[in-house]
Amino acid sequence: MHIMEGFLPVKHAIGWSIASAPVVAYGLHTINKKIRENPEQRMLLGVAAAFTFVLSALKMPSVTGSCSHPTGTGLGAVLFGPAAVAPIGAVVLLFQALLLAHGGLTTLGANVFSMAIVGPFAAAAVFRLARTVRLPFGVAVFLAASLGDLLTYVTTSCQLALAFPDPAGGFAASFAKFAGVFALTQIPLAISEGFLTVIVMNALVRFNREELTSMKIETGQEAQA
Amino acid sequence: MKRHQNLILMFLVVILVAVPLWMVKRPAPGPDGKKVAIFAGADDKAKETISVIAPQYKPWFKPLMEPPSGEIGSLLFALQAALGAGFIGYWLGCSVTRAKLRRQKSET
Repeated sequence: MHIMEGFLPVKHAIGWSIASAPVVAYGLHTINKKIRENPEQRMLLGVAAAFTFVLSALKMPSVTGSCSHPTGTGLGAVLFGPAAVAPIGAVVLLFQALLLAHGGLTTLGANVFSMAIVGPFAAAAVFRLARTVRLPFGVAVFLAASLGDLLTYVTTSCQLALAFPDPAGGFAASFAKFAGVFALTQIPLAISEGFLTVIVMNALVRFNREELTSMKIETGQEAQA
Repeated sequence: MKRHQNLILMFLVVILVAVPLWMVKRPAPGPDGKKVAIFAGADDKAKETISVIAPQYKPWFKPLMEPPSGEIGSLLFALQAALGAGFIGYWLGCSVTRAKLRRQKSET
């Protein structure tokens, strides 16, 4: 989902950066607040960040014959609420933009918007919805992580289609092309991400039950917003 | 029960990664006799799609630093994954030990 350096027109690059910046700032504020109130959650926050680090480094093959990577943002979104994931995702994307020439500084805003904002917010919403209709915890986590992952790539396709509408078919035709590249490739990867998130969550449920309870997860009907 | 569930899930992830490798066949080499590249990054595919839709578009910014070779690139990606996996492993170790100590305490 990384839009390459320089591959968004200036106006779009600036627009997405302006859209993302306040969410990242608000996310930092929520993280600080949470850590101040519950210092014991610091470890779990680290786990959520580490999970994003691992998953976004793993480029996996897909049935379309190209490679892409999961995002790992669903876990943090379910645990800490979507806003807290925005700064985490921004750090990962900055690391990749600066050192790996993967993504870029000019496209950072757009990439943060898709991976660290839309994905986690979608994941948290799906989780909440799934728990409201009384789906089991594991199923809810799976759906949240995989749909959050998939929507990240749908967002990237939208961003590119907005920047490069098809000369004949406009936004829709262009979106179909980019979604063919990104979203289709992502389907098996999104399922993998769902499974991996459930694996980590199982460990959390087993070993960190009291922390989860103090975060009103599992026992409560909703994720923390 | 949970242990089994995790094993099954890990197995499914391996299947999901392995199946495309086996399913996608390399197309026959083109007239220039070069091998057709498969399993390229989707990000690069998107770049190609942009150049088809908007051939006149020129990227207006270059990456400040590019890994000098594919090896260095994979070094940095491996580093990223290792940092994350290391932390998760540390946490898992702490958690397992904590649970064990608690159990021992409640037994005595």
